[in-house]
This record gives sequence, C-alpha cells and structure tokens, in this order.
Amino acid sequence: MTDQLDTETGGVRVIYDPIAETPTSYRREPEDAHPPPNYEGYKSTALRHPKQPLIYLPQTVTEITGPQLGPVLMGENDNDLTVQHEGEPIGERIVVFGRVFDTEGKPLRGTLVEIWQANSAGRYKHRWDRWPAPLDPNFTGAGRCITDDEGRYTFTTIKPGPYPWGNHYNAWRPAHIHFSLLGRAFIQRLVTQMYFPGDPFFPYDPIFNSVRDPKGRERMISRFSIHDTVPNWAHAYEFDIYLRGPGRTPFEEAF
Amino acid sequence: MIFETTPSQTVGPYFAIGLPFDVGPFVVPEGTPGAIHLTGTIYDGAGVPIPDFLLETWQADPDGNFADVHDRGGPSQIDGFRGFARYGLEDGDGTYDILTLKPGPVAGLNGQMQAPHIAVSVFARGMLHRSVTRIYFADETEANASDPALSRVPAERRSTLLAEPVDGGYRFDIRFQGPDETVFFAI
Repeated sequence: MTDQLDTETGGVRVIYDPIAETPTSYRREPEDAHPPPNYEGYKSTALRHPKQPLIYLPQTVTEITGPQLGPVLMGENDNDLTVQHEGEPIGERIVVFGRVFDTEGKPLRGTLVEIWQANSAGRYKHRWDRWPAPLDPNFTGAGRCITDDEGRYTFTTIKPGPYPWGNHYNAWRPAHIHFSLLGRAFIQRLVTQMYFPGDPFFPYDPIFNSVRDPKGRERMISRFSIHDTVPNWAHAYEFDIYLRGPGRTPFEEAF
Repeated sequence: MIFETTPSQTVGPYFAIGLPFDVGPFVVPEGTPGAIHLTGTIYDGAGVPIPDFLLETWQADPDGNFADVHDRGGPSQIDGFRGFARYGLEDGDGTYDILTLKPGPVAGLNGQMQAPHIAVSVFARGMLHRSVTRIYFADETEANASDPALSRVPAERRSTLLAEPVDGGYRFDIRFQGPDETVFFAI
C-alpha cells in the first residue's frame, strides 16, 4: 500500500497493490459475532440448520481467494433505484451510503455491494410476496455498486416500508434493505440487512434480535445524516459495513 | 484498533429480486471444452427439498489456478473461466445445475496438496448465516485419502462430501439434517 496525495481533494488517497494486500489468513470470529443457526424465535431455522457440529477448517488458498465480479455485473443506473423505470417510484427518496472496511479498519476497494428491498408500501416485486399492499410499476428494488478506492458505496432509493410475515401472530419486519457483499475472498462473504434508526418494530422482530449481542444489533442500524441530506431532494442514511480482516493464525495452522 | 464484523442476517425469501444474474450458473461459458454439469438437490431437516435456496461455488480450474487477482498459483489461463457460480431462482424446486470444469489439485499455503474440491456457500430463508461445505469427487480416491481437510472429517461422514459421477458430470446433494447430514465447516 502506498499513500499518494490526491490533488483533487487535497487528502491522502490510498492505492492498493492487490497482491501485496491479500492476507494469507483471516481473523477467526468470536462465537456470538453472528446469530445462532437455530434460533427459536425464527421458526424456519428449525429444519434449516446443521445439527452436527461444524468442523474446523484451516484456511487454505481456496478460502482466501475469491471472485471479482463487479465489472461483470455492473450496468447503467444500477446504484440508482429511482431511475430504473419510466416514472419515479412513490415514497421517501433516500441516499444510502457508507464504507466497507475490514476488521482492522482498512477500506475494501472494488468489492461488489448488492441490495434488494421492498417498495415504500412494504411489498416486494416477487412472485411469492402476496400480501395486500400495492406494487409500484416504477420500482424493482434491486441495486448494485462497486466500492471505490476508499471503500465507499452510494445508492439512491426509496425508503422501504415494514411488512407482515407469517412467523407468529401479528409479526412485522422492521423496514430494512438487504445487503450482499462479496468481499475480496470467499471467507469475507457476507449477507446482512440494514435497518433504520428508531424503528418501533425492533423489540418484536426475531430476525433482528437473533443477533444476541446488543452492540452487534447496533452495527446493523444505519445512521441518519443531516449533513449528507441533499436539500430539496433526498434524506440520507449512512451504513458502514465491516468484513473479516487479516488474522493472526500461525502459518503452521494453514495448509 | 480491531473492529467487529457486521452480523449476518438471512437472505430471506425474496433474494431473487437482486442476486441471481444471467450467467450466474456458468463457471465457464457454454461450449467450453471439458465442461461438466454439477447438479444436486438441497434438503431440509424433514427431507423436503428447499425451493428458495441460493447456492454459490468457488473453485480452481483443472490446473489448480484461481480466477482472481491473488498471487496464489494463479491466475487461471483458461478463457472465460470465472471460478464462481451463483444459483438461485424466484421459483425454485430445490435443485441446482451449474456448468463448470472439474478442478485440479490445489497447492495449499504450506505446499501440501489438496484434492480437487469446490467451496460451497448455501443461503436461504430460515438460515441466519450461510452454511459452508466442500464438494470433493468420489472418483479421486487417492487424492482424497491424503487431503488435509477431509482428514479432519470423521471417516464415517466423509462420503457426504463426495460428488458421484453421473451422465454429463457429477451429482452432489446437500442435506441439512438427518442420518446423512452433509458435513459443514467453520472457516
């Protein structure tokens, strides 16, 4: 990695050497970093989790490499979900932006960020979403973005609505945007959901609460940003994402 | 300072809005010499196929090289070899079918050879975190016998990681529970 002065911004721009920057091992995660595979409150987990203990796999070249899909997949308007149709979708126009880091705080450039979401009424454009809320002919709800050299991504979209689901009586999902990150290695792959601050459904949602550590739940909640709100246009939410970073695994453990 | 990772959440039932892409099931383009179909069914704990799964694979090419920028035996010299597949449907039936090349043995970080294998992630509604497994090949008896990852798996469970040769390629089923539960890994 070399630091160069960015003449446009006057700031320091980080330039990576992709090979030199590739760790040979990644940090193991604490046990409660992610939700337990079998979580009572979320009923569908019961038949969809392994019952046998996971087998510890030392990281190999297979896990520390990964696909670089960004350029293959990106199309025009992929990061603006409000201009993908003839007309404008209905709802609160928002900018969702943030940075992708590893656990050492180093920005991850060139990684593919994919999102999908319900429309402002809480309805997904999907064959199996049948609840009686309207579809919006001007909203598909899917977007893609590749992080820049500082790990930044930005989407323009519509704030999704909450919606009911069949998990238990009067179950509603808090408003959320699904996020998928490829990272730079198979081991960094992450699928998560971004929530909005102060959502009244938080205490009742087993998927949100499946993350047992309160600080972990906080890491899934975006931050309202008046500073990044565009006057007379869109309000803004900031959501930084952390993927696994380099580990301290002794070399002998790898193979 | 060390930061904690963002926690995982389920991919949910509606990922097909955003994640599948046209050439997702193709690790190599159609017509690539030596291409094989890797097929299988994914079963839940009741033995019922899971219709709304998303499967991703990552693998080396027949020379043991990966299709990325990392300097680890690679990069692949095979035209159009992406090394990656993504398979998931809006209206799935629990089965998958990807077009790929059978990987070759892969040198490990310490020089110890690994048997041909494919890394697999499974996501679905009802899965709060991906499940990671590996596909090995039933007709690679000798390489499998000395594979450092397989050797960590109890002998009686190793067969759950073996793809069986079938017409046109290999078949590999994934079972989440039950007597033949597939081995899953912590990576």
